[in-house]
Amino acid sequence: MTTTTVPHTRYSRLNINRIGLWLFILSESGIFIALLAVRFYLEGTSRPEALNQTLGLIITAILLLSSLTAYRAETAIAQGDQAGFLRNTLATLILGLVFLAGVGIEWSQAFREFPPQSGFGRVFFAMTGMHAFHVLTGLILFGLLYFNGRRGAYSAESHWGVEAIVKYWHFVDVVWVFFYPALYLLS
Amino acid sequence: MKPILKGILWAVIGFTGGAGLLTLVRLALGMSLWDLEPAISVGYIFGLTGWLLGVGVWDYWARAWFGLPLKKFEANGLSRYFSFNLDHKVIGLQYLAVFFFMLLTGGLFAMLMRLELMRPGREFMDPAVYNQIMSLHGIFMIAVAVAVIIGSFGNYIVPLMIGADDMAFPRLNALSFWLTPLVPLLLLSSLFFGGWDSGWTAYAPLSVTNRTGQLFYNLAFMTLGLSSIVGAVNFLTTVLTKRAPGLTWGRLPIFVWSIIATAILSLLATNFIFVVLLLATLERIAGMAFFNPAGGGNPILYQHLFWFYSHPAVYVMALPGLGVVLEVIAHFSRKPLFAYKWAVAGFLGITALSFTVWAHHMFTTGMPESRTAFMFTTELISIPTGFIFLSALGTIWQGRLRLNTPMLFGLAVIVNFLIGGITGIFLADVPTDIQLQDTFWVVAHFHYTIVSTQIFGLVAAIYYWLPKFTGRMYSERLGKIHFWWMFVTFNTTFLPMFWLGLNGMNRRVAQYPAPLGDVNMWVSLNAFLLGASFAFFVVLIALAWVRGPRAVSNPWAARTLEWQTASPPPHDNFPREPKVVGAPYDYGVPDSTHAIVPAADSGND
Repeated sequence: MTTTTVPHTRYSRLNINRIGLWLFILSESGIFIALLAVRFYLEGTSRPEALNQTLGLIITAILLLSSLTAYRAETAIAQGDQAGFLRNTLATLILGLVFLAGVGIEWSQAFREFPPQSGFGRVFFAMTGMHAFHVLTGLILFGLLYFNGRRGAYSAESHWGVEAIVKYWHFVDVVWVFFYPALYLLS
Repeated sequence: MKPILKGILWAVIGFTGGAGLLTLVRLALGMSLWDLEPAISVGYIFGLTGWLLGVGVWDYWARAWFGLPLKKFEANGLSRYFSFNLDHKVIGLQYLAVFFFMLLTGGLFAMLMRLELMRPGREFMDPAVYNQIMSLHGIFMIAVAVAVIIGSFGNYIVPLMIGADDMAFPRLNALSFWLTPLVPLLLLSSLFFGGWDSGWTAYAPLSVTNRTGQLFYNLAFMTLGLSSIVGAVNFLTTVLTKRAPGLTWGRLPIFVWSIIATAILSLLATNFIFVVLLLATLERIAGMAFFNPAGGGNPILYQHLFWFYSHPAVYVMALPGLGVVLEVIAHFSRKPLFAYKWAVAGFLGITALSFTVWAHHMFTTGMPESRTAFMFTTELISIPTGFIFLSALGTIWQGRLRLNTPMLFGLAVIVNFLIGGITGIFLADVPTDIQLQDTFWVVAHFHYTIVSTQIFGLVAAIYYWLPKFTGRMYSERLGKIHFWWMFVTFNTTFLPMFWLGLNGMNRRVAQYPAPLGDVNMWVSLNAFLLGASFAFFVVLIALAWVRGPRAVSNPWAARTLEWQTASPPPHDNFPREPKVVGAPYDYGVPDSTHAIVPAADSGND
């Protein structure tokens, strides 16, 4: 907080957008904090043996990798490298889809082993479902990025859309960094 | 009206498409084809999207995401108010219209409740119907209290007060408004699906086992929450980035501070109610037993999550009203706001502490080990509240009071909120709360806190800023009649309720012990008079708006920026960017000025 009478520095549109995005992310993390609280309140740290640990580890690695490609896409466009931007956006899109497919496989096994009506199943499906929904929205946004990127809509000077969606993607990734141990590792 | 019709059409298409998609998925999974509640839930998600796109998001926003040119915005005159308008002043009045409608509707439900409670027995309605009306009254008024001041005056006044041309995100602002008409719509449609009778708190397991009407409550509250979050992001970004040069944090009008505190609460707490309602919906539609002990769930978890939002939400309801009160009291006492920094600390202190008190709603829930801690934090919160209170009293002290109608309502809040605060101590203290839980003492207490801050604050704000958004003046004589009418009947209605509660009258029950009949009759008659005062208020304001005398541009000789431009303000608010050079309330301080607005008639005194 400042109380000096400095001459006012104008916030650029970009700065305003960034502040808005961070506030949105701050608010959105409440959803995931609440779900973590639900998990520990109802189920403590218990988890079923039937969890597919291999699959869990693989999809976690894939999601982390997609954050890297997303970062590379942002860096590429910031340097005006259109081809690199498109390549990395597409890679992120594919990695995200593979992650979702992995969740789908995990779900089909979970339906048999610990269905949504069961003790662990309800928190497992609520948490992975909410996270997968965020992944899905992220992928739709990356699809838009790719579609618009091919038309040359972004440049080194003007790529707020890319920056915002990549930041959102990192956020979704960080959420999984908390969800994965809470669901798969603790016991 | 065209955007609204388009929105409805797209909503219907979206709803049908969503429900159809679900049917296809169910077909593929080999489930039964039709299940009402999942169809409504999924259909609603798509219908909501269709509504927003149709009403204006597509034409004025989303087309650009697909490389299409945006439609040019053409509405003006009255049709602005029925379209996806981006002007914060239009949006403020749109909010006011929707939530004032909800206030009057919620008031009618209250009148129906008092009609039944006039006599101890079963009089006009089935007890189940009474509980449905009680629930509707509750949630309508909660929605009003959460949104009406921040939605209407936050939007209209805050950008003006900080010398901005608009909010930081005008399109998000319009989006957050166009979510709100769905809230009363959903709540009223619940009646076609059997209604719901779990009160506005909708405690599980009742709320996860009763009729389909309950689902509409879940969807409506989630929609309101979404609107709150979007609004909170916008308000905080606006105040952070759009202040005029020289408008430092220490020069911010106190109403803006109250809106900052409110927005922080909405931003951080609202997603918890979203999650709890989502889980309750999943329990209803997918059998995921989070809360119903019959299926292995835990109903206390519902209460924890619910109150983790809903207690901060109590301050979402109270703080904007208190902000209006301090604002009005400073201008009408013609003195600098007393202990300005302490008042700001009060707002921020309440904001921080309000996240630590939620379980005081659960003293009788059966967790004795944590009660003392929550009793302590709850009583702690009276300290920052006291800062705000003392700031108001210190400002009045030896002020040259101008007792216009807004000031009278501001003073009324101090009196009523004091009663609300003192009676709250008995609810914060565990031993007395155990006796008073779920009695009319609680009803009286929260009406004294929330109605007095949010609704009296709203009325004060309407009188105070009416000349700003209409350019016209209300009749001071009628305003004073309205004040005494509303202030007296409010107290004659709600004060006896404390006595009723002490004597064992339970809330949320249509019938009660016969010895309480006389007092209830008195309360009901006064409640009808209180209700009538709102009809009088509507007529009074409508008359002023249409036929009132022209107001001068700064009728209160106020120094804050919203009064230093035309009434109503032009589209971009100020002819040129204002410059802030001093504190907002330095009335009577020699050679002091708050702001300079270039090339406009100076209203500074």
